[in-house]
Amino acid sequence: MIAIDRIFLHERTGAAALRSMAEAGRAVIDPARVFAVMDHIVDTRPGRGDGTLMPGGDAFITETRAACHAAGITLFDVNDPDQGITHVISPELGIVVPGCTLIAPDSHTCTQGAFGAFAWGIGSSEAEHAMATGTLRVAKPKNMRVTFEGKLSPGVTAKDMILRLIADHGASGGARHVVEFSGDTVRALDMEARMTLCNMATEFAALSGIIAPDEATFAYLQGRRYAPDPLPDWSDLVTDNGANFDVEIFIDAASIEPMISWGTSPAQSVALSATVPVNADINALHYMGLEPGQSLAGLAIDVAFIGSCTNARLSDLRRAAAIVKGKTKAQGILALVVPGSSAVKRAAEAEGLDRIFVKAGFEWRESGCSLCFYSGGESFPAGSRVISSTNRNFEGRQGPGIRTHIASPDVVAASAIAGRITAP
Amino acid sequence: MTPFTSLTSVVAPLIRDNVDTDTIIPSREMRSTGKTGLADGLFAPWRYYDAKTRSENPDFVLNQPEYRDAKILASGANFGCGSSREHAVWALAEYGIRCVIAESFAPIFYNNCIRNGIVPISLPRTFIGILAGGNAIVDLTAQAVNGRQFDIGQDEKTMLLEGLDAIDLTLKHAHAITTWQAADRAKRPWIYFGATV
Ligand code: SF4
Repeated sequence: MIAIDRIFLHERTGAAALRSMAEAGRAVIDPARVFAVMDHIVDTRPGRGDGTLMPGGDAFITETRAACHAAGITLFDVNDPDQGITHVISPELGIVVPGCTLIAPDSHTCTQGAFGAFAWGIGSSEAEHAMATGTLRVAKPKNMRVTFEGKLSPGVTAKDMILRLIADHGASGGARHVVEFSGDTVRALDMEARMTLCNMATEFAALSGIIAPDEATFAYLQGRRYAPDPLPDWSDLVTDNGANFDVEIFIDAASIEPMISWGTSPAQSVALSATVPVNADINALHYMGLEPGQSLAGLAIDVAFIGSCTNARLSDLRRAAAIVKGKTKAQGILALVVPGSSAVKRAAEAEGLDRIFVKAGFEWRESGCSLCFYSGGESFPAGSRVISSTNRNFEGRQGPGIRTHIASPDVVAASAIAGRITAP
Repeated sequence: MTPFTSLTSVVAPLIRDNVDTDTIIPSREMRSTGKTGLADGLFAPWRYYDAKTRSENPDFVLNQPEYRDAKILASGANFGCGSSREHAVWALAEYGIRCVIAESFAPIFYNNCIRNGIVPISLPRTFIGILAGGNAIVDLTAQAVNGRQFDIGQDEKTMLLEGLDAIDLTLKHAHAITTWQAADRAKRPWIYFGATV
């Protein structure tokens, strides 16, 4: 049994968990350490209210709001200036801190392991358990260390690092493990890139990812609203020298190229310069409309999407904007940018990034999960081939029949301009 | 939660890797804010040709007469990967599935099973291949499927066998938890946002 320090809910499952607790006559024992946000199905079109494009979605929003108020939980509501995707706003507000345990009913909670926290996704029942008892029963995970050494080539990002790991070791390669990301390449990443790296630990079947906190972590957290002031000394939260791991993996960072997925699992990814494997899974090929040996670079796309808790932070938008600046998206394609949080949106607008995107023909949206997943509302035209900065390329993830290729926002931006899958 | 001791059923074979929770219950099928009304949307992308008219794909395993009422589902590696939505387990349970036998499970899905009285069993692929399509006897007390042993944590086993609610189990330790928190508050006051007891 371990103590749970922070809990984050969202509108997709928050109401169900809180209502089920209320029905069982159980109280949230420490509401000050529970937060909630509207991110999953909230509308991202300008001028939004409680209405959603998902049929019946407004009930999730209004019921979550009522349940949070009743339980005394801090809620970042639809048009709150701090609204945004859970795993983007929790660090922005300093809610996640090194050494804490943090859970949310969302599999990408592992993103927040980038701060040296033990952060992982749970289901609704475990959320109820944690809210009612302040603890969770957790089977002790195994330890894995993934060490990246060397310098990344220009145009190669944290997204490519994690896709390379998953492509090399499989979508269940991290099963039953917590994965520590280490090595000089990881140390050199800024906090936003570290979050991208940890974000996809769940795509590796790991319980979570974690990175030892360092000066970059402390500098990021300094002065954030919920972070302690002054910051305590967290410098000892590092793996001991000579510690034993159940599994160790080493990756030469200099050998990593921009990556792209060809199939329907993140493990079905290759370097953008490579071709679809000759022994590729037939179900995946059929769904994606591809042939073995076909090259991915040059494949025509219908949609380019920049968004999600993986890759819609300010640094992602800056790099993407630098690529599209002064250019125009290819004719006939749909291109959109959905900032990871309202704060990211404001910061990007203050730098004029929104104008660069809009001038290039992109839509510029309000923050939310948006088209990262399909909930029955907004999607892309049926059968579209989408290049996406998100984390999942499962069948139907972005809508029925939608063919999703995941890649870095840099690749998405370059492809939007070319109208074809293109290296940045 | 209904206690689970043993179960005999035909084993519906859905032998592929990485069956994800978006496929088990697509987000668009989660229409109400509660935990029910989900069985109809179970495996909707594979089960129906058309999600709206619900016209069935006869090739999908649960649409085949011999497997329609299966209580055991067999699959490949990394079953239940993807979204943490517990709705995937609620939908399986509401449909009548009480046990999933797979080569391996995604960790969140595995825990969600335990909380909802579904027994997740990891066994080697070759053995699953033998089970698939036939009848199986799952004996949780003996930790065996057709006599073949499987691993499960002691805590998980007890919860399933006795149909225990984990929260009640934990609240028996409420005093120890409060004592621990008081000591922790002195060491890490920032975790509690400085609030005193
Ligand atoms: S952005 Fe996508 S992956 Fe991230 S929390 Fe939202 S739906 Fe999940």
